[in-house]
Amino acid sequence: MKIGVVATGVANLASVEASFQRLGMETRLLRGLNEVATCTHLVLPGVGAFAAGMASLEQSGLDGALRDWVSGGRPLLAVCLGMQLLFDGSEESQGVAGLGILPGIVRAFPSSVRSPHFGWNRVGESGGWLAPDHYYFAHSYRAEDAPPGWESAWSAHGGLFVAAVRQGAVVACQFHPELSGQAGSRLIRSWMEAAGGC
Amino acid sequence: MLTRRILPCLDIDGGRVVKGVRFQDLRDCGNPADRAAEYQESGADEIVFLDVSATIEAREASLETVSRVRRRLSIPLTVGGGVREAGDAERLLAAGADKVSVNSAAVARPELVSEIAERFGRQCAVVAIDARRNGPGWDVLVKGGREATGLEAGDWAAEAENRGAGEILLTSWDRDGTGAGYDLELIRVVAGRVRVPVIASGGARTASHMAEAIQAGADAVLAASVFHERNATVWEVKRELASHGIEVRL
Repeated sequence: MKIGVVATGVANLASVEASFQRLGMETRLLRGLNEVATCTHLVLPGVGAFAAGMASLEQSGLDGALRDWVSGGRPLLAVCLGMQLLFDGSEESQGVAGLGILPGIVRAFPSSVRSPHFGWNRVGESGGWLAPDHYYFAHSYRAEDAPPGWESAWSAHGGLFVAAVRQGAVVACQFHPELSGQAGSRLIRSWMEAAGGC
Repeated sequence: MLTRRILPCLDIDGGRVVKGVRFQDLRDCGNPADRAAEYQESGADEIVFLDVSATIEAREASLETVSRVRRRLSIPLTVGGGVREAGDAERLLAAGADKVSVNSAAVARPELVSEIAERFGRQCAVVAIDARRNGPGWDVLVKGGREATGLEAGDWAAEAENRGAGEILLTSWDRDGTGAGYDLELIRVVAGRVRVPVIASGGARTASHMAEAIQAGADAVLAASVFHERNATVWEVKRELASHGIEVRL
């Protein structure tokens, strides 16, 4: 089993890698296409701006590789901006196409609430694949509609938004499992197990 | 519903935890990795490190401390102190920080906030403001509280937000380390000027102080002495906040 962490920038990668190490699993940072083939699991983390994240994926050719990876149903964990990049686009970077794996556009929170949405928020029932608990969020944009054909879990900040979605071995979460204490570790472990790891 | 956060803060110097009163008279408060892990166990929502090291050697030790602590922490870690350029932020993030806090250097060169936000994302950019009461307002202090800038705290918070700050870490110099409670007026004024979350700091001794700060508009409360001296655990504080009707993660 080889877990590849897609490096779209430098921020927060140490936390992502540490979260796997605490579960006794090693990760490797992927900066280009050639290492993807050797991986069994991919993590698409991501913090920062939508346009910069997409530019980094396109530059390394990982955008196409990720689309193929997901259409083949292979194990992917997309986190925060990583989840947003799966959509068609974002209000944050208008005119920039996302990966188009999930339909729709992610949008900014309404002006009635503080933004970024920072901290631990409750995620409700998902149908069993994600434990209802508090998870740690740090973001200014979010999806308001669940993609058809995907299981979804919801949270609320100025109205409901999509906290996480799953289809088979592909899991995308708006919160940071690597920073969500035991609840986050449980999600990472269950993703690994469901995806045939460990 | 989004819960209010409790943030134990560890001032670190050369790999040790220290704490002073009004930024002076530092005394040793233990090993940072052990302290951070202890606070995580008792329910801390995030950990904040402020590196108060004065020498390059001590700063290197602090960087090692960050990576040691990261291996044990499964909650967010913010690190501040001595960040003067985006490269400093990058080193801290690579060592394991999730957010980087800037203070004096951002006052001297506000573009620093935008540089960090553009390169690493707004959620990485925390602007720390040390504020001292001056008549009806508050002066922004820099260099560990030793130098007044003539900037008004609310104005600087608003500018920092415009430049890309994702959070404001607001410390009352007057209250720091005194246990007299947060400066609630300061919190009200600054939280009213920005849309990003405000972390209240300086003066906490009891859970009631923290409840007051939250009611005044703080999204999160930071405290050091109250936890270092074991006056209360994070869990005890959260239980009491919950009894005031404040949403917390228990």
